Amino acid sequence: MIKFQEGSETIAETIRLCRPKVIAAYPITPQTHIVESLARSNTKDFEYILAESEMSAASIVLGASATGVRTYTATSSQGLLLMTEVLFDIAGLRLPVVMTCANRAVSAPINIWNDEQDIMTIRDAGWIILFAESNQQAADLHIQAYKIAEKISLPVAVCVDGFALTHTFEAVELRDQKMIDKFLPKYQPKKESFLDPENPVTLGGLCTPATYMPIRKNMHQDLLTSKKIIKETFLKFNNLFSVKKIFGDCKISDGLIEYSGPNNPELVFIASGSVLGTIKSTYDYNLRQKNKIGVLNIKSLRPFPDKEIINFISKIKPKNIAVIDRSISLGQTGILFSEIKTACYGKAGVKIKNFIMGLGGKNITPKDIQNIVINFKSKSEFQFVL
Amino acid sequence: MQYKNTHLLSPGHRGCAGCGQLLAARHVVDALGKNTIVACATGCLEVTTTPYPESAWRVPWIHSLFENAPAVATGILSALKAKGVANFSSRQLERRLKSATPPVNTNVAVFAGDGSTFDIGFGALSGLWTRRDNILYVCFDNEAYMNTGNQYSGATPYGSATETSSANDSLGNDFFKKNMPKIAAAHNVSYIATSTIGYPEDIVAKVKKSLTFCGPRYIQILVGCVPGWGYNPELTIELGRLAHQSGHYPVLEIENGKLSKVMKVPAKRPQVEEYLKPQKRFSHLFKTDCGKEKIKQMQCLADQNVERYGLV
Repeated sequence: MIKFQEGSETIAETIRLCRPKVIAAYPITPQTHIVESLARSNTKDFEYILAESEMSAASIVLGASATGVRTYTATSSQGLLLMTEVLFDIAGLRLPVVMTCANRAVSAPINIWNDEQDIMTIRDAGWIILFAESNQQAADLHIQAYKIAEKISLPVAVCVDGFALTHTFEAVELRDQKMIDKFLPKYQPKKESFLDPENPVTLGGLCTPATYMPIRKNMHQDLLTSKKIIKETFLKFNNLFSVKKIFGDCKISDGLIEYSGPNNPELVFIASGSVLGTIKSTYDYNLRQKNKIGVLNIKSLRPFPDKEIINFISKIKPKNIAVIDRSISLGQTGILFSEIKTACYGKAGVKIKNFIMGLGGKNITPKDIQNIVINFKSKSEFQFVL
Repeated sequence: MQYKNTHLLSPGHRGCAGCGQLLAARHVVDALGKNTIVACATGCLEVTTTPYPESAWRVPWIHSLFENAPAVATGILSALKAKGVANFSSRQLERRLKSATPPVNTNVAVFAGDGSTFDIGFGALSGLWTRRDNILYVCFDNEAYMNTGNQYSGATPYGSATETSSANDSLGNDFFKKNMPKIAAAHNVSYIATSTIGYPEDIVAKVKKSLTFCGPRYIQILVGCVPGWGYNPELTIELGRLAHQSGHYPVLEIENGKLSKVMKVPAKRPQVEEYLKPQKRFSHLFKTDCGKEKIKQMQCLADQNVERYGLV
């Protein structure tokens, strides 16, 4: 069924279709429309718990997930940062919580508009972090997120740009309940992996230096393994729901990265989230071919698709790369930029430059994008596009 | 004959000899029974009972963080409710939706120290009480951050020396202990009780009684900490009794908002001084005139308790 509706409503409807048993949240702009819609739902399907802070909202889904049911929460910005301690704990306890992060700038100065600083700041928490480019992707990613999370016992954050996606009306195909049930059967955790008086277990015990590090290593390895699961889930989903490629020049699309553009491009934009739409509309299919411009979408921040990026570079052979960052590691560079430089170290003979754009909701215009293409050669390696 | 230990908190944990908290926790969890899930806050109870991969617990037990155990417990309860829904007939479901506290057979309990209860987890606890979740919250009150080596908490009594509250004057803590039972009462907590490790039967009775109440329940138990308070391990029970008998730590029950029962103090009530004397945390008070003045003030506080709560 195709519906024309707000992104938040699309996400809320999709979550209902995924049949979580416990939802807890605390309101924060621009996440509010999602949780308002869920709170208005028929409460027979799930328990909607009113939390008195994001710290508690995350802790409630932690407790519920540890008791063996499917859970959901959503937040933004300061809320995500208040959750930080719990986010690390959810990952460490290996709980398959799914969370929407409606991306927003971080204080100070206080600002409610969109950038990606919030999620980038908690990238080391042990969560799988996926980005949606459109509302359709946001819907589909949430369904896949549960599948991935429950398969590898790690939490998944689905990032949707605040306002740019959450408050924007787009036509979306809402997936069929029966098909979702087939794709995502009832969550049944393994015996003795959750809190159950029939099989008492201790979760979250103290680890000494002798036992801590192997567990952290194991988590890291499983996050790397999750690359394969993300790819498989993406393919399986696309097959089952007959998802077709939107862009005729889409050459790579594997769940982790997506490339649209020609071979041997003069310049490739690398970005994540809704800014990709701006780039793709500035340089549409014809202009991409004509100007030899490509667009690489980083769909997964964690696990980071380093090998996939290297493969892309050796296969597509771009001459120049412009990394668009809507966040910054203050005192260093854009965060995506430093990740990509690390991945490329010693492997790719390509010029990479970093453009910090759209912080605190600063509009990114087609002119800004064109300016990068036209003046790329004269630009320094790192700059703010103000 | 081989002794078979059936306690739900089994021996072999790393608690100190004479630890009041471990003893109290054992009585509490035994009173709750097997069909219980415990959410435990960070602290000695967690550290001493769960050195991975060992565990002293025979009930399902989870530790998450210092300040979030009440919210974790809400999550556990919600998951149990959600699971229960699937097995209910539609008539039962209808009844369930109408009743404020749906039937869940499994007990959900929070075990926490005074630091997480009075200070860092206070917001989460207030949230739990406001939601009226059917959860028993047990605070093991040893009156300071003992797991980190005796630093001041909101539960530290007036005059007590901690590593962070006695640096400037040698007179110890200048603040009064936060009155948590009163704060709980202001939240309309269904059942509120205090006790001390001096009275294990009282602890067991109160835990069992709490299970007959719906909604949030709060039990606060004074438990001695041998290294933190600085006393001989054999005095744990004795100090628990003196704390009550002197009027220093009133033992009471508040049911549905009303003070319903108090444990009376003896007709010949021991002086607070008798309770303070064996403890190193109060020893500085006996050394100076100012300190002795402070002991007098503490005696006044105990006398006030006796009058206010009708302890005689």
